[in-house]
Amino acid sequence: MQSPLPFFPEQASNFAGNVDALFSYILVTAIFFTVLVTLLAVFAAFRYRRKNASDIGAEIHGNTALEIGWTLIPLILALGMFAWGAVIYVNYRTAPKDTLDIYVIGKQWMWKLQQPNGRKEINELHIPVNRNIKLILGSEDVIHDFYVPAFRVKMDVVPGRYNTMWFRPTKVGKYHFFCSQYCGTNHALMGGWVTVMDPAEYAAWLSGESGDVSPVSAGEKLFTQLACTTCHVPNGTGRGPSLNGVYGAKVLLADGSTVTADEGYIRESILQPKAKIVAGYQPVMPTFQGLVTEEQILNLTAYIKSLQTQPVPAKGAGVAPATSGKK
Amino acid sequence: MHRTGELYGQFKTLEQQKETATLGMWIFLITEVMFFGGIMLAYALNRHFYYPAFAAGSNTLSLKLGGFNTVVLLASSFTMALAVWSSQVGKKTLISIFLLLTILLGFVFFGVKYVEYSQKFHHHLVPGKKFDIFYCVNNPASCPDVAADELMEESNLLDEAKAADPDLNAHAQLYYSAYFGMTGLHALHMVIGAGLLFWLLKGSLAGRFTPQWNTPVDIVGLYWHFVDIVWIYLFPLLYLIDRHK
Amino acid sequence: MSATAAAPVKTLPEHHYLNATYGIRSWLLTVDHKRIALLYLVSVTFFFFIGGFFAMLIRLHLLTPSGYLLSADTYNRMFTMHGVAMIFFFLIPSIPAVLGNFFIPLMIGAKDLAFPKINLLSWYVYVVGAAFTLYSMVSGGLDTGWTFYTPLSTIYSNSAVAPAVVGVFITGFSSILTGLNFLVTIHTMRAPGMTWFRLPMFVWAHYATSIVMILGTPVIAITLALAGMERLFGLGFFNPAMGGDPILFQHLFWFYSHPAVYIMILPAMGVISELIPTFARKQLFGYHFVAAASLAIAVIGFLVWTHHMFLTGQSTYAALAFSFLTFLVAIPSAVKTFNWVATLYGGSISFDTPMLYAFGFLGLFLIGGLTGLFLGCLGTDIHIHDTYFVVAHFHYIMVGGAIMGYLGGLHFWWPKMTGRMYPEWLARIAALILFVGFNLTFFPQFLLGYLGMPRRYHVYPPEFQVYNVMSTAGASILAIGYLLPMIYLTWAAFFGKVAGDNPWPATGLEWKTQSPPLTENFEVTPIVTWEPYDFHNRPDLGLDAVASNGVAPAHGDD
Repeated sequence: MQSPLPFFPEQASNFAGNVDALFSYILVTAIFFTVLVTLLAVFAAFRYRRKNASDIGAEIHGNTALEIGWTLIPLILALGMFAWGAVIYVNYRTAPKDTLDIYVIGKQWMWKLQQPNGRKEINELHIPVNRNIKLILGSEDVIHDFYVPAFRVKMDVVPGRYNTMWFRPTKVGKYHFFCSQYCGTNHALMGGWVTVMDPAEYAAWLSGESGDVSPVSAGEKLFTQLACTTCHVPNGTGRGPSLNGVYGAKVLLADGSTVTADEGYIRESILQPKAKIVAGYQPVMPTFQGLVTEEQILNLTAYIKSLQTQPVPAKGAGVAPATSGKK
Repeated sequence: MHRTGELYGQFKTLEQQKETATLGMWIFLITEVMFFGGIMLAYALNRHFYYPAFAAGSNTLSLKLGGFNTVVLLASSFTMALAVWSSQVGKKTLISIFLLLTILLGFVFFGVKYVEYSQKFHHHLVPGKKFDIFYCVNNPASCPDVAADELMEESNLLDEAKAADPDLNAHAQLYYSAYFGMTGLHALHMVIGAGLLFWLLKGSLAGRFTPQWNTPVDIVGLYWHFVDIVWIYLFPLLYLIDRHK
Repeated sequence: MSATAAAPVKTLPEHHYLNATYGIRSWLLTVDHKRIALLYLVSVTFFFFIGGFFAMLIRLHLLTPSGYLLSADTYNRMFTMHGVAMIFFFLIPSIPAVLGNFFIPLMIGAKDLAFPKINLLSWYVYVVGAAFTLYSMVSGGLDTGWTFYTPLSTIYSNSAVAPAVVGVFITGFSSILTGLNFLVTIHTMRAPGMTWFRLPMFVWAHYATSIVMILGTPVIAITLALAGMERLFGLGFFNPAMGGDPILFQHLFWFYSHPAVYIMILPAMGVISELIPTFARKQLFGYHFVAAASLAIAVIGFLVWTHHMFLTGQSTYAALAFSFLTFLVAIPSAVKTFNWVATLYGGSISFDTPMLYAFGFLGLFLIGGLTGLFLGCLGTDIHIHDTYFVVAHFHYIMVGGAIMGYLGGLHFWWPKMTGRMYPEWLARIAALILFVGFNLTFFPQFLLGYLGMPRRYHVYPPEFQVYNVMSTAGASILAIGYLLPMIYLTWAAFFGKVAGDNPWPATGLEWKTQSPPLTENFEVTPIVTWEPYDFHNRPDLGLDAVASNGVAPAHGDD
């Protein structure tokens, strides 16, 4: 139902309507002045165009009444905008008391979110509709920013301090959230989805895992959810090695030794990624200790094993070249 | 532009030329105030947040060396003022003598600063991985230049500070960031000032400066006084936090 | 010297600043403000095309949601280096160091700036800074964003941050020296009779700009010095791991970098204030108000910096105060705009290329200025901060405003600088292409921003594609619009028709000397007896003393 040339994004929070209304007020004022000044200038340009090469203009120096007028009128209009904007901002910066508190940690380049009952998510946020939500934001490294356009809210996530933001989702649905403070290489990939649910559904989601699925497809889903795809790009162009064909193969490590990629190696790489670094890569992978359950590690391993049959890229896979095998 | 005597071609009179040069130097000094203002703001903010660490850091500086350098700089300002005066009354020999004295005092300052910096280096007080505010307390043998009673006192002060601020070592690094940042920039200005003084000395030995025309002496004097004034601020800000012995 | 009395074949004067001396040394060691201006012209143009090249790659890359040709790291380097090249090495020096340098002494009747050697030094400082920055670009590039936010720049970035920071730091001193030189020159070097209120508005604008340069630039210098020392030596002011505060960096950074916007736009406003009276042949409406507005912008401009930081978690009260001041700083810009339009009334308006740029400036600056209201307003800034709305807004100001002013000024004064005229019709067409291309490039970005597309994204959700394609299409047109003037202006400098001393004619002192001027600017120091932009009491211009449209001058017999 989206028009091909949309103008306003979807309105899905308590702030959206008011922000859009304020935006429209400023927009109308701005259009009024743009049209006014343009028309006056165009009119003057034609009415007073030069008729003879040696003509000059009339002798007019200025008009103090006009100057005062066009200082005061814009000032009054501007103060109206200021006041309206201030009301929204103060409301936004002052969270109500009855909020559902969710902890959000930003790190290069993923979001870790935790529900009050301890349930953790990566790059996904599930919240109930019509409930005041407060996000408590912290960063593990650089400055990030949590931004949900449909809610018209954002807040910087600053290392060394906690910032908070609040909103009340008003419409069930799935909405994009973004990182909107530039944070390095994969800044653009550091986003995900906010899922606004009916309270009953939310309660059900909170208490249980999703239905039965095969370990491979569960692992595949996790692999995306945990943002592993951000770095482990199949064609080998990512910050981490491609995992195609890795399982069972020999992997060349940064210290020159090789290791066979078995279940133990995969598990270790997930939980202690800095223990064995693949040659040619930086130790940038975060640990997932405490973020993934044993079951999820198993699912991930199952998925990585399933990649054994995928085409291995010429460069960017951890697989050791055949020549190094002679050692 | 052609130059007629000391008058450069873009000017009509020597008065205009002098007025221009003086105004230029004052505006330059305003930019210097803004320049030092930035780092002083950073200092003030961190001192406000981490007062115990800043007080502890300040106590690890040598009041004697800092105080001595303050006196040296004040004296150099005095000799500089005398050089300006000599140029105004036309005592050509005196100009050179006072300029030379100013330069000498400047170098005394550098010498003391060198001693201070190398001490900090040996005491592991330079921000970075090796930074350790407790280094001398824990390794007295490596700090032979600190007397035993001073070490005792330092140890007590640091323990107190540690009790007030568990992350003392990190925050003391901020103090030393301020110390090296501020004194380093100040020293850089001194180096530039010394270069200008040498240039003046060359001019005064050639007899260039007369009561009618002494603008360079005048404006370098302004600069030198400014650099001294910066130190007059730095000394209490860095050396005198919470010293009530 | 009326038009009829002009010699049929005009020739360049026998002696002028361009043929006074020859050889590479005569240029590299010159202290002539006009030659230094040309040195700057060449260097900033070089950076403009470097920055433009990066911009083209950015726009091409964003043709498709998944990115068209660059990796994430390369894309991040492109937009960072685009910003650094354009802001620090093109926009900030462009009008002041080229047009200001060339024309301030001419406009006030001086033989040179107050400190010619410092002027040359400022160019060398610029070149050294530029060399460091270019070195950073070729030795790993820079991927911190032009804002150098810590701790990304100080700790996490894997790119060549240190040489870039050193380069920008050094270049800052070039700006400080230029500002200092202008301030002192305007104070002490004015010709007899050139009182403060007879100064052309271009000079007033540069006076205000210089204040910003000398008060703001030292702060960015110390800030970048601290950030650089943090990266190289482990100082900790901005490092949260040591208890330092990354937000402090932003405060110090924007304390300069917001006023820096005024370093870019005030001189452009100054150019426009020259063009409109000249091509309407009429006094600038409300001269005193326009001059005061320049100073007001320079002063209030220093009190609005945290409007870049409304969402860093700063105190609500601070945000309220700074939003309020931000609305205040909008007012003088509005006053100027109204005065420019009022100047047109009763004028005798021609549509020579510089005037087309002035009209273009009016339109684009209007949109750029008014969209600033959305960002200064706290309620809407929550949503559009750090989105493409911001990108569109500041391009309307800096590209639409500052570059339109710069090009308008270049066309206006090209006959004075080179003694030769540019091809008029080609120039009009280029101006039109620029205007259309510019709007097509940047207007869709407002819509993208409000829809929620964050800036600095190398890939984006597919729903944003349509506007991105439009923007890229516009950028292609814009690129042609920028190439054309460079080609024909260069051509005109050597082969254009000889222009004569005062081709428009205009009222400023710079038109009272030959084109191109002598090295000493004037054969004898001029004495100013007329008011600025006064066409009525200037028989030397060879124009009718009676206004067009039959409107009689109010007191034409003065």
